[in-house]
Amino acid sequence: MTKKIRNLKEFSTSNDRYEGANLMCPGCSHNIIVREVLNATDNPVLIATATGCLEVCTAVYPYTSWDVSWIHIGFENASTAIASAQVMYEVLKRKGRLPESTMRAIEEGREPKFVAFGGDGATYDIGFQWLSGCFERGHDFMYVCLDNEVYANTGGQRSSSTPIGASTTTSPAGNVSYGEKMMKKSMVEIMADHGAPYVAQVAPNKWKDLVKKIQKGFETKGPVYINAMSACTTEWKHAPENTIDVSELGVESCVWPLYEIINERDEHGIIYSTKLNITYRPKNKIPVEEYLAAQPRFKHLFKPENRHIIDLWQKMVDIRWENLQKREEAGV
Amino acid sequence: MSSKDIKELGWDELVPGACLFSFTEPVENVVDLTMDERPYAPTNSHEASVGDWRVEKPVYNRDLCIDCQFCWIFCPDISIISRDKKMIGIDYDHCKGCGICVEVCPTNPKSLLMFPEQTDNEEALASWPEKEKK
Ligand SMILES: Cc1ncc(C[n+]2csc(CCOP(=O)(O)OP(=O)(O)O)c2C)c(N)n1
Ligand code: SF4
Ligand code: SF4
Ligand code: SF4
Repeated sequence: MTKKIRNLKEFSTSNDRYEGANLMCPGCSHNIIVREVLNATDNPVLIATATGCLEVCTAVYPYTSWDVSWIHIGFENASTAIASAQVMYEVLKRKGRLPESTMRAIEEGREPKFVAFGGDGATYDIGFQWLSGCFERGHDFMYVCLDNEVYANTGGQRSSSTPIGASTTTSPAGNVSYGEKMMKKSMVEIMADHGAPYVAQVAPNKWKDLVKKIQKGFETKGPVYINAMSACTTEWKHAPENTIDVSELGVESCVWPLYEIINERDEHGIIYSTKLNITYRPKNKIPVEEYLAAQPRFKHLFKPENRHIIDLWQKMVDIRWENLQKREEAGV
Repeated sequence: MSSKDIKELGWDELVPGACLFSFTEPVENVVDLTMDERPYAPTNSHEASVGDWRVEKPVYNRDLCIDCQFCWIFCPDISIISRDKKMIGIDYDHCKGCGICVEVCPTNPKSLLMFPEQTDNEEALASWPEKEKK
Protein backbone atom coordinates (compact mmCIF):
# COMPACT_ATOMS: atom_id res chain seq x y z
CA MET A 1 0.00 0.00 0.00
CA THR A 2 1.66 3.19 -1.17
CA LYS A 3 1.23 6.21 1.04
CA LYS A 4 -0.65 9.01 -0.71
CA ILE A 5 1.32 12.26 -0.76
CA ARG A 6 -0.26 14.85 -3.02
CA ASN A 7 1.47 17.92 -1.66
CA LEU A 8 3.77 19.16 1.05
CA LYS A 9 0.94 19.96 3.49
CA GLU A 10 -0.25 16.39 3.29
CA PHE A 11 3.32 15.11 3.65
CA SER A 12 3.80 17.21 6.79
CA THR A 13 1.21 15.13 8.64
CA SER A 14 3.76 12.27 8.65
CA ASN A 15 4.85 11.18 12.09
CA ASP A 16 8.63 11.13 11.95
CA ARG A 17 10.41 7.94 12.96
CA TYR A 18 13.78 9.61 13.25
CA GLU A 19 14.71 11.90 16.14
CA GLY A 20 16.39 15.24 16.61
CA ALA A 21 19.18 15.84 19.10
CA ASN A 22 21.33 13.51 17.06
CA LEU A 23 24.89 14.74 16.62
CA MET A 24 24.92 15.49 12.89
CA CYS A 25 26.31 18.95 12.07
CA PRO A 26 23.80 21.81 11.85
CA GLY A 27 22.44 21.91 8.30
CA CYS A 28 23.49 18.37 7.34
CA SER A 29 21.72 16.92 4.28
CA HIS A 30 22.04 13.34 5.53
CA ASN A 31 19.31 14.09 8.07
CA ILE A 32 17.01 15.66 5.49
CA ILE A 33 17.36 12.66 3.16
CA VAL A 34 16.79 10.07 5.91
CA ARG A 35 13.58 11.81 6.98
CA GLU A 36 12.29 12.05 3.43
CA VAL A 37 12.97 8.34 2.86
CA LEU A 38 11.37 7.19 6.12
CA ASN A 39 8.34 9.42 5.68
CA ALA A 40 7.73 8.16 2.14
CA THR A 41 6.03 5.08 3.62
CA ASP A 42 3.84 4.15 6.57
CA ASN A 43 5.02 0.55 6.41
CA PRO A 44 7.38 -0.81 9.05
CA VAL A 45 10.95 -0.08 7.98
CA LEU A 46 14.09 -1.93 9.04
CA ILE A 47 17.38 -0.15 8.61
CA ALA A 48 21.06 -0.99 8.50
CA THR A 49 23.57 1.83 8.52
CA ALA A 50 27.20 1.69 7.47
CA THR A 51 29.77 3.46 9.62
CA GLY A 52 29.99 7.10 8.69
CA CYS A 53 28.43 10.33 9.90
CA LEU A 54 24.92 8.90 9.95
CA GLU A 55 25.75 5.91 12.11
CA VAL A 56 28.25 7.59 14.36
CA CYS A 57 25.97 10.55 15.10
CA THR A 58 22.64 8.76 15.63
CA ALA A 59 23.72 6.01 18.01
CA VAL A 60 25.97 7.80 20.44
CA TYR A 61 25.92 5.66 23.54
CA PRO A 62 23.61 5.63 25.46
CA TYR A 63 21.29 7.33 22.94
CA THR A 64 19.54 6.22 19.77
CA SER A 65 17.76 8.49 17.29
CA TRP A 66 15.87 5.67 15.57
CA ASP A 67 12.24 4.82 16.26
CA VAL A 68 12.45 1.92 13.79
CA SER A 69 14.48 -1.28 13.97
CA TRP A 70 18.04 -0.33 13.20
CA ILE A 71 21.30 -2.19 13.04
CA HIS A 72 24.91 -1.25 12.64
CA ILE A 73 27.62 -3.84 12.02
CA GLY A 74 30.74 -3.16 9.93
CA PHE A 75 31.53 -0.12 7.80
CA GLU A 76 31.52 -2.24 4.67
CA ASN A 77 28.51 -4.49 4.99
CA ALA A 78 25.30 -2.61 5.73
CA SER A 79 23.98 -4.07 2.46
CA THR A 80 24.71 -7.66 3.50
CA ALA A 81 23.22 -7.08 6.97
CA ILE A 82 19.91 -5.79 5.68
CA ALA A 83 19.73 -8.31 2.81
CA SER A 84 20.20 -11.08 5.39
CA ALA A 85 17.51 -9.62 7.63
CA GLN A 86 15.18 -9.60 4.63
CA VAL A 87 15.94 -13.25 3.87
CA MET A 88 15.38 -14.18 7.51
CA TYR A 89 12.04 -12.38 7.40
CA GLU A 90 11.01 -14.41 4.33
CA VAL A 91 11.94 -17.67 6.03
CA LEU A 92 10.10 -16.83 9.25
CA LYS A 93 7.07 -15.80 7.22
CA ARG A 94 7.11 -19.10 5.33
CA LYS A 95 7.42 -21.03 8.58
CA GLY A 96 4.62 -19.02 10.20
CA ARG A 97 6.92 -17.77 12.92
CA LEU A 98 6.56 -14.01 12.57
CA PRO A 99 5.29 -12.09 15.61
CA GLU A 100 1.57 -11.29 15.64
CA SER A 101 2.10 -7.56 15.24
CA THR A 102 4.09 -8.14 12.05
CA MET A 103 1.39 -10.47 10.72
CA ARG A 104 -1.22 -7.79 11.39
CA ALA A 105 0.88 -5.18 9.58
CA ILE A 106 1.14 -7.51 6.57
CA GLU A 107 -2.63 -8.11 6.57
CA GLU A 108 -3.16 -4.33 6.54
CA GLY A 109 -0.98 -4.18 3.45
CA ARG A 110 2.02 -2.86 5.36
CA GLU A 111 4.76 -5.26 4.35
CA PRO A 112 8.05 -4.37 6.09
CA LYS A 113 10.64 -2.53 3.97
CA PHE A 114 14.37 -3.12 4.24
CA VAL A 115 16.78 -0.23 3.72
CA ALA A 116 20.54 0.21 3.99
CA PHE A 117 22.16 3.65 4.24
CA GLY A 118 25.83 4.24 3.48
CA GLY A 119 28.02 7.22 2.71
CA ASP A 120 29.92 7.34 -0.58
CA GLY A 121 33.03 5.97 1.15
CA ALA A 122 31.02 2.98 2.34
CA THR A 123 29.30 2.62 -1.03
CA TYR A 124 31.68 3.54 -3.85
CA ASP A 125 34.82 2.14 -2.18
CA ILE A 126 34.90 0.07 0.97
CA GLY A 127 31.46 -1.56 0.84
CA PHE A 128 31.34 -1.94 -2.93
CA GLN A 129 32.13 -5.65 -2.99
CA TRP A 130 29.32 -6.46 -0.55
CA LEU A 131 26.89 -4.15 -2.32
CA SER A 132 27.75 -5.62 -5.71
CA GLY A 133 27.29 -9.14 -4.33
CA CYS A 134 23.86 -8.33 -2.92
CA PHE A 135 22.76 -6.83 -6.24
CA GLU A 136 24.16 -9.73 -8.25
CA ARG A 137 22.24 -12.21 -6.07
CA GLY A 138 19.12 -10.10 -6.43
CA HIS A 139 18.21 -9.49 -2.79
CA ASP A 140 14.99 -7.61 -2.11
CA PHE A 141 16.08 -4.38 -0.42
CA MET A 142 16.83 -0.71 -1.02
CA TYR A 143 20.29 0.79 -0.76
CA VAL A 144 20.51 4.56 -0.30
CA CYS A 145 23.90 6.19 -0.77
CA LEU A 146 24.23 9.51 1.05
CA ASP A 147 26.69 10.93 -1.45
CA ASN A 148 28.63 13.83 0.05
CA GLU A 149 31.62 13.02 -2.16
CA VAL A 150 34.02 12.57 0.73
CA TYR A 151 34.82 10.47 3.80
CA ALA A 152 33.32 13.11 6.05
CA ASN A 153 33.29 11.30 9.35
CA THR A 154 37.02 10.61 9.48
CA GLY A 155 38.09 14.11 8.54
CA GLY A 156 37.33 14.61 4.87
CA GLN A 157 39.51 12.25 2.84
CA ARG A 158 38.83 11.90 -0.91
CA SER A 159 36.78 8.95 -2.11
CA SER A 160 36.14 7.63 -5.61
CA SER A 161 33.07 9.86 -5.55
CA THR A 162 35.09 13.06 -5.00
CA PRO A 163 34.87 15.14 -8.19
CA ILE A 164 37.77 16.75 -9.98
CA GLY A 165 39.18 19.89 -8.43
CA ALA A 166 37.73 19.37 -4.95
CA SER A 167 40.14 20.12 -2.14
CA THR A 168 40.05 17.38 0.49
CA THR A 169 42.47 16.43 3.26
CA THR A 170 44.09 13.78 1.03
CA SER A 171 43.84 15.79 -2.19
CA PRO A 172 44.56 19.26 -0.86
CA ALA A 173 44.69 22.23 -3.22
CA GLY A 174 47.73 24.47 -2.91
CA ASN A 175 50.68 25.81 -4.85
CA VAL A 176 51.35 22.53 -6.64
CA SER A 177 47.89 21.03 -6.96
CA TYR A 178 44.35 22.05 -7.90
CA GLY A 179 42.97 19.25 -5.69
CA GLU A 180 41.41 15.95 -6.73
CA LYS A 181 42.67 14.77 -10.14
CA MET A 182 40.02 12.27 -11.19
CA MET A 183 36.43 12.67 -12.25
CA LYS A 184 33.82 11.07 -10.02
CA LYS A 185 32.95 7.42 -10.58
CA SER A 186 29.50 6.79 -12.12
CA MET A 187 27.90 4.75 -9.40
CA VAL A 188 24.34 5.04 -10.74
CA GLU A 189 25.34 3.45 -14.06
CA ILE A 190 27.47 0.80 -12.35
CA MET A 191 24.58 -0.30 -10.17
CA ALA A 192 22.19 -0.20 -13.14
CA ASP A 193 24.58 -2.47 -15.05
CA HIS A 194 24.01 -5.10 -12.36
CA GLY A 195 20.54 -5.35 -13.84
CA ALA A 196 18.86 -3.94 -10.75
CA PRO A 197 15.17 -3.41 -11.50
CA TYR A 198 15.25 0.17 -10.20
CA VAL A 199 18.08 2.67 -9.88
CA ALA A 200 17.67 6.41 -9.40
CA GLN A 201 19.48 9.61 -8.56
CA VAL A 202 17.79 12.07 -6.21
CA ALA A 203 18.39 15.34 -4.38
CA PRO A 204 16.82 16.34 -1.05
CA ASN A 205 15.73 19.79 -2.28
CA LYS A 206 13.51 18.13 -4.91
CA TRP A 207 11.57 16.35 -2.19
CA LYS A 208 8.62 15.30 -4.33
CA ASP A 209 10.82 13.66 -6.96
CA LEU A 210 12.77 11.95 -4.19
CA VAL A 211 9.70 10.63 -2.41
CA LYS A 212 8.18 9.37 -5.66
CA LYS A 213 11.34 7.44 -6.47
CA ILE A 214 11.57 5.98 -2.97
CA GLN A 215 7.96 4.86 -3.24
CA LYS A 216 8.66 3.28 -6.63
CA GLY A 217 11.68 1.60 -5.09
CA PHE A 218 9.62 0.21 -2.22
CA GLU A 219 7.12 -1.25 -4.69
CA THR A 220 9.91 -2.91 -6.65
CA LYS A 221 10.86 -6.51 -5.99
CA GLY A 222 14.63 -6.98 -5.99
CA PRO A 223 17.55 -4.69 -5.28
CA VAL A 224 17.04 -0.94 -5.61
CA TYR A 225 19.84 1.61 -5.62
CA ILE A 226 19.28 5.28 -4.82
CA ASN A 227 22.07 7.81 -5.12
CA ALA A 228 21.28 10.92 -3.08
CA MET A 229 23.17 14.18 -3.33
CA SER A 230 24.09 15.12 0.23
CA ALA A 231 25.59 18.59 0.53
CA CYS A 232 27.94 18.52 3.54
CA THR A 233 28.36 21.84 5.29
CA THR A 234 31.61 20.76 6.93
CA GLU A 235 33.43 19.35 3.89
CA TRP A 236 31.84 21.37 1.08
CA LYS A 237 32.41 24.28 3.43
CA HIS A 238 29.26 26.26 2.71
CA ALA A 239 27.32 27.96 5.51
CA PRO A 240 24.76 25.63 7.13
CA GLU A 241 21.77 27.72 6.07
CA ASN A 242 22.79 27.31 2.40
CA THR A 243 22.41 23.52 2.21
CA ILE A 244 19.20 23.71 0.19
CA ASP A 245 20.49 26.53 -2.07
CA VAL A 246 23.65 24.57 -2.87
CA SER A 247 21.56 21.50 -3.70
CA GLU A 248 19.35 23.62 -5.99
CA LEU A 249 22.45 24.80 -7.87
CA GLY A 250 23.57 21.17 -8.25
CA VAL A 251 20.28 20.17 -9.85
CA GLU A 252 19.80 23.31 -11.96
CA SER A 253 23.33 23.04 -13.42
CA CYS A 254 22.81 19.32 -14.24
CA VAL A 255 25.82 18.42 -12.10
CA TRP A 256 23.27 16.22 -10.27
CA PRO A 257 20.82 15.19 -12.95
CA LEU A 258 17.65 13.62 -11.58
CA TYR A 259 16.84 10.43 -13.44
CA GLU A 260 15.92 6.79 -13.04
CA ILE A 261 16.83 3.55 -14.80
CA ILE A 262 14.40 0.65 -15.00
CA ASN A 263 15.79 -2.76 -15.95
CA GLU A 264 14.26 -6.08 -16.80
CA ARG A 265 16.57 -8.93 -15.85
CA ASP A 266 16.01 -12.66 -15.66
CA GLU A 267 17.35 -15.08 -13.08
CA HIS A 268 20.45 -15.75 -15.18
CA GLY A 269 21.36 -12.08 -15.21
CA ILE A 270 20.38 -11.40 -18.80
CA ILE A 271 19.18 -7.80 -19.06
CA TYR A 272 16.32 -7.78 -21.58
CA SER A 273 15.48 -4.13 -21.51
CA THR A 274 16.71 -0.90 -20.00
CA LYS A 275 14.79 2.34 -19.87
CA LEU A 276 16.14 5.65 -18.68
CA ASN A 277 13.86 8.54 -17.67
CA ILE A 278 15.01 12.04 -16.87
CA THR A 279 12.63 13.11 -14.10
CA TYR A 280 13.56 16.78 -13.88
CA ARG A 281 14.65 19.10 -16.66
CA PRO A 282 15.93 22.53 -15.61
CA LYS A 283 14.21 25.34 -17.50
CA ASN A 284 17.49 27.19 -17.87
CA LYS A 285 20.53 25.00 -17.32
CA ILE A 286 22.84 27.23 -15.27
CA PRO A 287 26.65 27.23 -15.69
CA VAL A 288 28.54 24.73 -13.50
CA GLU A 289 30.57 27.68 -12.30
CA GLU A 290 27.65 28.84 -10.14
CA TYR A 291 27.50 25.47 -8.38
CA LEU A 292 31.27 25.45 -7.80
CA ALA A 293 31.35 29.07 -6.62
CA ALA A 294 28.88 28.30 -3.83
CA GLN A 295 31.29 25.83 -2.20
CA PRO A 296 34.65 26.88 -0.76
CA ARG A 297 36.02 23.37 -1.44
CA PHE A 298 36.34 24.62 -5.06
CA LYS A 299 37.42 28.17 -4.23
CA HIS A 300 40.97 27.74 -5.66
CA LEU A 301 39.54 26.79 -9.08
CA PHE A 302 38.69 30.44 -9.62
CA LYS A 303 42.39 31.42 -9.67
CA PRO A 304 43.56 32.09 -13.26
CA GLU A 305 45.93 29.09 -13.29
CA ASN A 306 43.09 26.68 -12.41
CA ARG A 307 40.30 28.03 -14.63
CA HIS A 308 40.86 25.20 -17.10
CA ILE A 309 39.51 22.75 -14.49
CA ILE A 310 36.21 24.65 -14.48
CA ASP A 311 36.13 24.26 -18.26
CA LEU A 312 36.76 20.53 -17.88
CA TRP A 313 33.93 20.33 -15.38
CA GLN A 314 31.53 22.07 -17.74
CA LYS A 315 32.59 19.77 -20.57
CA MET A 316 32.02 16.68 -18.44
CA VAL A 317 28.60 17.83 -17.24
CA ASP A 318 27.50 18.74 -20.78
CA ILE A 319 28.61 15.38 -22.19
CA ARG A 320 26.79 13.46 -19.46
CA TRP A 321 23.61 15.51 -19.80
CA GLU A 322 23.71 15.02 -23.57
CA ASN A 323 24.19 11.27 -23.12
CA LEU A 324 21.35 10.97 -20.65
CA GLN A 325 19.02 12.68 -23.09
CA LYS A 326 20.17 10.45 -25.93
CA ARG A 327 19.62 7.35 -23.81
CA GLU A 328 16.19 8.54 -22.78
CA GLU A 329 15.22 9.23 -26.36
CA ALA A 330 16.54 5.89 -27.62
CA GLY A 331 14.90 3.99 -24.74
CA VAL A 332 18.10 2.18 -23.74
CA MET B 1 23.70 -7.75 31.48
CA SER B 2 24.06 -5.97 34.74
CA SER B 3 21.00 -4.73 36.57
CA LYS B 4 22.23 -1.13 36.30
CA ASP B 5 20.20 1.31 34.26
CA ILE B 6 21.69 1.60 30.76
CA LYS B 7 22.40 5.28 31.32
CA GLU B 8 24.50 4.43 34.39
CA LEU B 9 26.70 2.01 32.47
CA GLY B 10 30.08 3.34 31.42
CA TRP B 11 31.24 2.91 27.85
CA ASP B 12 33.73 0.24 29.05
CA GLU B 13 30.89 -1.81 30.53
CA LEU B 14 28.95 -1.86 27.27
CA VAL B 15 28.74 -5.34 25.81
CA PRO B 16 29.20 -5.98 22.08
CA GLY B 17 25.83 -6.38 20.42
CA ALA B 18 24.26 -3.94 22.85
CA CYS B 19 20.78 -2.60 22.24
CA LEU B 20 19.76 1.01 22.64
CA PHE B 21 16.07 1.37 23.46
CA SER B 22 13.79 3.91 21.83
CA PHE B 23 10.70 3.29 23.95
CA THR B 24 9.88 2.08 27.44
CA GLU B 25 7.34 -0.41 26.09
CA PRO B 26 6.74 -2.10 22.73
CA VAL B 27 5.10 0.20 20.19
CA GLU B 28 3.32 -1.54 17.35
CA ASN B 29 2.87 1.12 14.74
CA VAL B 30 5.01 4.06 15.55
CA VAL B 31 3.77 5.96 12.45
CA ASP B 32 0.31 6.08 14.02
CA LEU B 33 1.60 8.03 17.02
CA THR B 34 2.57 11.69 17.01
CA MET B 35 5.75 12.54 18.86
CA ASP B 36 3.64 13.88 21.75
CA GLU B 37 2.07 10.45 22.30
CA ARG B 38 5.12 8.17 22.30
CA PRO B 39 6.51 6.37 25.35
CA TYR B 40 10.06 7.62 24.81
CA ALA B 41 12.79 5.87 26.77
CA PRO B 42 15.44 8.02 28.45
CA THR B 43 17.85 6.50 25.91
CA ASN B 44 15.99 8.02 22.94
CA SER B 45 17.73 11.16 21.69
CA HIS B 46 14.30 12.81 21.68
CA GLU B 47 14.86 13.14 25.42
CA ALA B 48 18.22 14.86 24.92
CA SER B 49 18.92 18.48 24.05
CA VAL B 50 21.38 19.99 21.60
CA GLY B 51 20.01 23.48 22.13
CA ASP B 52 23.30 24.57 23.68
CA TRP B 53 24.98 24.23 20.25
CA ARG B 54 23.07 27.24 19.10
CA VAL B 55 24.50 30.72 18.65
CA GLU B 56 21.42 32.02 16.90
CA LYS B 57 17.86 30.75 17.11
CA PRO B 58 14.96 30.99 14.72
CA VAL B 59 11.94 32.95 15.97
CA TYR B 60 8.57 32.20 14.45
CA ASN B 61 5.89 34.76 13.55
CA ARG B 62 2.47 33.10 13.28
CA ASP B 63 0.85 36.23 11.81
CA LEU B 64 2.82 35.96 8.57
CA CYS B 65 3.00 32.17 8.10
CA ILE B 66 1.14 30.60 5.18
CA ASP B 67 1.74 27.01 6.38
CA CYS B 68 3.57 26.03 3.21
CA GLN B 69 5.63 23.51 5.25
CA PHE B 70 8.94 24.18 3.50
CA CYS B 71 10.52 24.70 6.91
CA TRP B 72 9.11 21.36 8.07
CA ILE B 73 10.51 19.32 5.19
CA PHE B 74 13.92 20.97 5.09
CA CYS B 75 14.69 21.24 8.82
CA PRO B 76 17.39 18.62 9.33
CA ASP B 77 16.61 18.28 13.01
CA ILE B 78 12.90 17.58 13.17
CA SER B 79 12.52 20.84 15.07
CA ILE B 80 9.62 22.37 13.19
CA ILE B 81 6.47 21.37 15.00
CA SER B 82 3.67 20.83 12.50
CA ARG B 83 0.32 19.36 13.41
CA ASP B 84 -2.67 18.95 11.08
CA LYS B 85 -0.91 20.70 8.18
CA LYS B 86 -0.15 23.74 10.33
CA MET B 87 3.21 25.01 11.50
CA ILE B 88 2.82 25.65 15.22
CA GLY B 89 6.28 26.34 16.55
CA ILE B 90 9.89 25.38 17.07
CA ASP B 91 11.30 22.67 19.26
CA TYR B 92 14.20 24.52 20.88
CA ASP B 93 15.65 21.39 22.52
CA HIS B 94 16.40 19.86 19.12
CA CYS B 95 17.04 22.94 16.97
CA LYS B 96 20.74 23.48 16.24
CA GLY B 97 20.25 26.95 14.76
CA CYS B 98 21.35 26.07 11.23
CA GLY B 99 19.07 28.67 9.67
CA ILE B 100 17.76 26.51 6.82
CA CYS B 101 14.14 27.13 7.86
CA VAL B 102 14.66 30.87 7.52
CA GLU B 103 16.34 30.52 4.11
CA VAL B 104 13.49 28.45 2.67
CA CYS B 105 10.62 30.47 4.15
CA PRO B 106 8.92 32.15 1.17
CA THR B 107 6.84 34.89 2.82
CA ASN B 108 7.67 38.58 2.66
CA PRO B 109 8.73 39.49 5.26
CA LYS B 110 9.82 36.05 6.38
CA SER B 111 7.78 34.22 9.01
CA LEU B 112 10.96 32.88 10.58
CA LEU B 113 14.04 34.93 11.35
CA MET B 114 17.30 34.21 13.13
CA PHE B 115 18.06 36.18 16.31
CA PRO B 116 20.94 35.96 18.79
CA GLU B 117 20.23 33.14 21.24
CA GLN B 118 19.76 35.48 24.21
CA THR B 119 17.08 37.63 22.53
CA ASP B 120 13.67 37.45 24.13
CA ASN B 121 11.12 36.06 21.63
CA GLU B 122 8.56 38.79 22.44
CA GLU B 123 11.17 41.44 21.73
CA ALA B 124 12.13 39.73 18.51
CA LEU B 125 8.50 39.68 17.37
CA ALA B 126 8.12 43.37 18.25
CA SER B 127 11.11 44.25 16.06
CA TRP B 128 9.92 42.26 13.00
CA PRO B 129 10.86 43.96 9.71
CA GLU B 130 8.31 45.47 7.33
CA LYS B 131 7.51 43.98 3.96
CA GLU B 132 10.49 44.35 1.61
CA LYS B 133 9.83 46.28 -1.59
CA LYS B 134 10.94 44.52 -4.73
C1 LIG C 1 36.72 -1.24 7.57
C2 LIG C 1 36.78 0.14 8.11
N1 LIG C 1 37.68 1.01 7.58
C3 LIG C 1 37.72 2.28 8.03
C4 LIG C 1 36.89 2.70 9.04
C5 LIG C 1 36.98 4.12 9.55
N2 LIG C 1 35.88 4.96 9.12
C6 LIG C 1 34.82 5.20 9.89
S1 LIG C 1 33.72 6.29 9.22
C7 LIG C 1 34.68 6.45 7.84
C8 LIG C 1 34.31 7.40 6.73
C9 LIG C 1 32.93 7.24 6.22
O1 LIG C 1 32.78 7.96 5.04
P1 LIG C 1 31.50 7.83 4.15
O2 LIG C 1 31.13 6.42 3.97
O3 LIG C 1 31.69 8.63 2.91
O4 LIG C 1 30.34 8.48 5.03
P2 LIG C 1 30.20 9.98 5.59
O5 LIG C 1 30.92 10.00 6.91
O6 LIG C 1 30.80 10.88 4.58
O7 LIG C 1 28.74 10.15 5.75
C10 LIG C 1 35.84 5.65 7.93
C11 LIG C 1 36.91 5.59 6.92
C12 LIG C 1 35.98 1.76 9.58
N3 LIG C 1 35.12 2.11 10.54
N4 LIG C 1 35.95 0.49 9.11
S1 SF4 D 1 30.46 16.21 8.34
FE1 SF4 D 1 29.02 16.57 6.66
S2 SF4 D 1 27.89 14.65 6.38
FE2 SF4 D 1 28.93 14.57 8.37
S3 SF4 D 1 27.38 15.29 9.83
FE3 SF4 D 1 28.61 17.05 9.23
S4 SF4 D 1 27.51 17.98 7.51
FE4 SF4 D 1 26.72 15.90 7.78
S1 SF4 E 1 17.39 26.61 12.57
FE1 SF4 E 1 17.76 24.63 11.56
S2 SF4 E 1 17.44 23.13 13.17
FE2 SF4 E 1 16.51 25.02 13.88
S3 SF4 E 1 14.37 24.86 13.26
FE3 SF4 E 1 15.46 25.97 11.64
S4 SF4 E 1 16.02 24.40 10.17
FE4 SF4 E 1 15.51 23.35 12.08
S1 SF4 F 1 8.37 28.12 5.63
FE1 SF4 F 1 7.59 30.02 6.52
S2 SF4 F 1 5.54 30.30 5.66
FE2 SF4 F 1 6.15 28.16 5.27
S3 SF4 F 1 5.30 27.03 7.02
FE3 SF4 F 1 7.39 27.56 7.56
S4 SF4 F 1 7.22 29.50 8.68
FE4 SF4 F 1 5.29 29.18 7.60
